[in-house]
Formats: sequence, C-alpha cells, structure tokens
Amino acid sequence: MKRKTAAARSGLPATVGLSVIALLALFPLFWMLSVSFMSPGEASVFPPPLLPKHPTLDNYRALFERAHIGRYFLNSLIVASAATALSLSFNVAAGYAFAKLEFKGRELIFRLMLAALVIPAQVAMIPLFLMLKSMGLVNTWIGVLIPFIAGIFGIFLVRQYALSIPTEMIEAARMEGASELRIFRSVVLPALTPILVTLGVFTFLAAWNDFFWPLIVLTDDAKYTLPIALAALSREHVQDVELMMAGAVVTVTPVLALFLALQRFYIQGLLVGSVKG
Amino acid sequence: MRPSSAGWAFAGPAVAVLAVFFVFPVIAAFAISLTDFDIYALADLKNLRFVGVQNYIDLLETPLFWRALVNTLYFVVVGAPLSLAASLGAALLLNARAARWKAFFRTALFAPVVTTLVAVAVIWRYLLHTKYGLVNFSLGSLGLPSIDWLGNPRFSMPAIILFAVWKNFGYNMIILLAGLQAIPEELYEAARIDGAGKVQQFLHVTLPGLAPTLFLVGILTMAGYFQLFAEPYVMTQGGPVQSTLSVLYLMYEQAFKWWSLGSASAVAFILFVFMLAAASLQLALTRRFGGAA
Repeated sequence: MKRKTAAARSGLPATVGLSVIALLALFPLFWMLSVSFMSPGEASVFPPPLLPKHPTLDNYRALFERAHIGRYFLNSLIVASAATALSLSFNVAAGYAFAKLEFKGRELIFRLMLAALVIPAQVAMIPLFLMLKSMGLVNTWIGVLIPFIAGIFGIFLVRQYALSIPTEMIEAARMEGASELRIFRSVVLPALTPILVTLGVFTFLAAWNDFFWPLIVLTDDAKYTLPIALAALSREHVQDVELMMAGAVVTVTPVLALFLALQRFYIQGLLVGSVKG
Repeated sequence: MRPSSAGWAFAGPAVAVLAVFFVFPVIAAFAISLTDFDIYALADLKNLRFVGVQNYIDLLETPLFWRALVNTLYFVVVGAPLSLAASLGAALLLNARAARWKAFFRTALFAPVVTTLVAVAVIWRYLLHTKYGLVNFSLGSLGLPSIDWLGNPRFSMPAIILFAVWKNFGYNMIILLAGLQAIPEELYEAARIDGAGKVQQFLHVTLPGLAPTLFLVGILTMAGYFQLFAEPYVMTQGGPVQSTLSVLYLMYEQAFKWWSLGSASAVAFILFVFMLAAASLQLALTRRFGGAA
C-alpha cells in the first residue's frame, strides 16, 4: 500500500480539481455578465476581451426601451407564478390523498401514474394544441399553464414526503370531529411545509425556463415569455453579442437568485425525486 | 365526509387534469398518427382521412427522418455517457474527504443546471464563435488550430454535446454524490485492510455500491438526451446541412411549420418507441452484467 503524500492528505489535488471544474462551470456566466456591460462591437475583436473597457448600461437600456424586455419579464413572472400556484394547489392535495387517504382505485391509479412517467411530454403536445385551438385557448396564459396544473412528478414528490406524517395525528384530529378539509389545513399542510417550498421552487424554475410548449402556444410576441423572446431576438440580432448577453443576464438572474436562496429545498427535492424513485 | 370520498375529493382534481390533458392527448396522438391530418383537416375536420400506418412507412422512406434519428442517437450515445462521466468525476472529487470549500463547489458546479437553456445556449453560441470565441482562443493559446464549431457539420454535434454536458452534469453529480455518501465507510476500511489501493477500492467498493444509482441516473439521462430540441433550435437551427436536426426538431417543424400533424404525431411515437427500447436495453444489460445488483 502506497503512502499518502502530505498534499493528498491536505485535500490539495481534489480541491485543485474542483477549482478547475468550478471555473469551467462559472466562466460562461461570468463572461455573459461582463460582456453585457460592453459597448456595441467591443466583444467581437481578437483577442476577445474579458472585461469591458468602459462599463455601460446601454445594452440594458436598449433592451428595455427598444426590445420591450420589461414586458417579457413580466410575462415570465406571471406564467411562472401562476404555474407555481396551480401546481401547489392540485399536486399537494393529490399527493396527500395518495399517501394518507384510503379511496377506491388508489393503488391502481398510482401504479398507472408511475408507468406513465416513461411517456415523454412531447407526445401529448400535438393533440393538446388541437384541444386548445378548439377551445380558443391558443396564445393565452391558460394555454401555457395547462401542462403545469397537475404533474405526476409533483404528486409523487408530495406523496413520498406525506408518507412520513404520523397517521395517529390525522386520526386524532378525525376523532375530535375535525372535517377532512380542516385536517388538511391545520394538520397536514404545516407538516408538509418543506416539500411545499421544494415543489414551489421546482415548478417556478421549470415554468420560467420552459421553451418547447410556450414556443408552440404563444403566437403573438406581446405574450412571449423571456426564453421565447430571447430566442427570437437572437435570430434577429446575431451580431449584437453585447445586447444578447444583457438579455441573457435578465433571463438567468431571477432563477439563479431563487436557486441560491432556496437551494437546500431544491436539492432535497431532486434527491427525493430520483434516488428514492 | 367518509375517508373514501375525501380521498377522491383531494386526488380527483389532479387525476382528472392528468386524464384530460395528458392521458387523452397521448391516446389521441396515436390516433392522429394513423391519419393524414394536415392544414386542410385543421380548417375542416371533414378532410381528415384514416391512412393506417402510411405515415410511419413514409417516414421510414424519408432520408431526412433517418438523418434526424441518426443525429439524435449520436447525441444520446455520445452525450449521455460523457455527461455521466463528468457527473461521476465531479461527485468523486466532492466526496473526497479532505477536499475543501465543498458547499461552495457544490453550488458552483450545480449553477448551470438551473440556468435558462435558451439563455446559456446563446452564450455558448458566442463562446464557440470561430473568430472571436473564447473556446477557439483557448485552443489557439495551446497551439491548436481554430475549429468552425457551429459551421462545420463534423463539429456541430460535438459542440452541442460539449454545451449539453456543461449544462447538465451538475444534476447527476448531486444524485451520485448522495449515492457515494450512502456507501458505508466500513466497506472502504475492510478493503484497505485487505490491501486494496485507490483504484481497486473504486472498482470493488465504489462502483458496486453506486450501481443502482448509476443505473437509474443512466436511464433518466438517456431519456432526457433523446429530447434534444432547444440547443439546436438556438445554436444551429438544425444545421449546418441538417447535422444537428433532432427527431424532436423534425416533429416541431412538421407539426408547427408545415402543419403535417399526422406525420408529426408518428414522429413523436417513433421517438417514444426508441426511448423505451433504449431503456429496456439498459435494463437488460444491467441484469446481465450487474448480477444481483
């Protein structure tokens, strides 16, 4: 058996390795931020500059004044918030029911839902689009939100967590004559708080970052969410690196901030969702 | 309210939404894939005709469909293992007992995962620029030649894979890290007492202990990589010369550019079949070589 060198014991090789990977992971984001403060054309020279010579907010000004990014930001905020609210109301109730309430067909439906997890969402999208069209819901918020209302993953996430609520607590409340709704509100929901935050963050990020479905449903550019607007802008303004980077900053900052603030909940949900799955 | 009706009251709304907006559309998609649903049928359903498996036959005879399929398989077969390898490497480093600032590194390495795909794809399009991109600048400072990443059909898919690995590796890293932490320390101690070196410990303790997690993560990652769409949509628009056209991209164009909804639904189902086949293959391989694990 080889002897460990002093360097290995101090963790130096692992720390250096992690530093290199962290640099690779963060550099594109740093570059985005830096270029967003450059003057038009400044990034397109050789050798490519890393920092702006005279930092300016002109790109952001142009985005808000000419490209209406404020509106897209608001659209994204509306869609992501509404998706979060909907997902929380539908999935939390269902997750609790699948964990703690006996009802006819429960096991069968739950097993069918798990099996349906293998179906990629895109398979449903063409008929879903036709359904929306017949209801006049193409190019509406309701149309964008429909895939977020109820989700198998969300129900599963809440169910796994709700299984840990002691059944005696629920039974005791029932013996005291509390209604099922009251039990849900005053016993179950408080116990589920951490997973509510988790599901909320997951849904908000997924809705904010979603691309395929809003690209299909939103046909009028006044309704675009940030990713759709950004993709359209980037096709129009291929040469405007600095402007596009400011657009990327506006799009990415809210989700990065939300993740940083609530990462404990996010990571916990990720592990419940995959490892125990 | 009896518990049974309470159960339905709580679960019913979500189950109903799933039935109406997911299960029904999936079945309908299969039905539509057996029709010639096109822009005329969109205007008036009377123009709709049942064509059996004709859409599927036509697709199999279309070179562009094969192109999209081969491109997607390229992305899956090269991209998913690369992504997993990157995740595993990062997880092993994060799990090294003596490594420092782990909380910071974990967050930093995970950050690309939560970013908006479209936004970071735009960043990478510029980083990969032939003349002014920092990727080629770095290659140049190492004395390597410049590569026309997004303009040369030989390099466009590798470029997208590079981007996808950067964007995704943090996700599996977190899951694999949890798997690594669940391996009992005693197993490593026992191996050390038996004289096992670092490599042997990795092969005989780490890998078997991690096998169930790796298997699950492998299936989920493959499924995700089959759904390639936004990356080529933003970075290459499927080009150059269709080298990054994916199955989902083809479905999107067939459906929402040409309004051939019947054919597009068939594309969606073929993608689904390939995803199922890939998952089953992986399951079979794991059973065969993973023994009881």
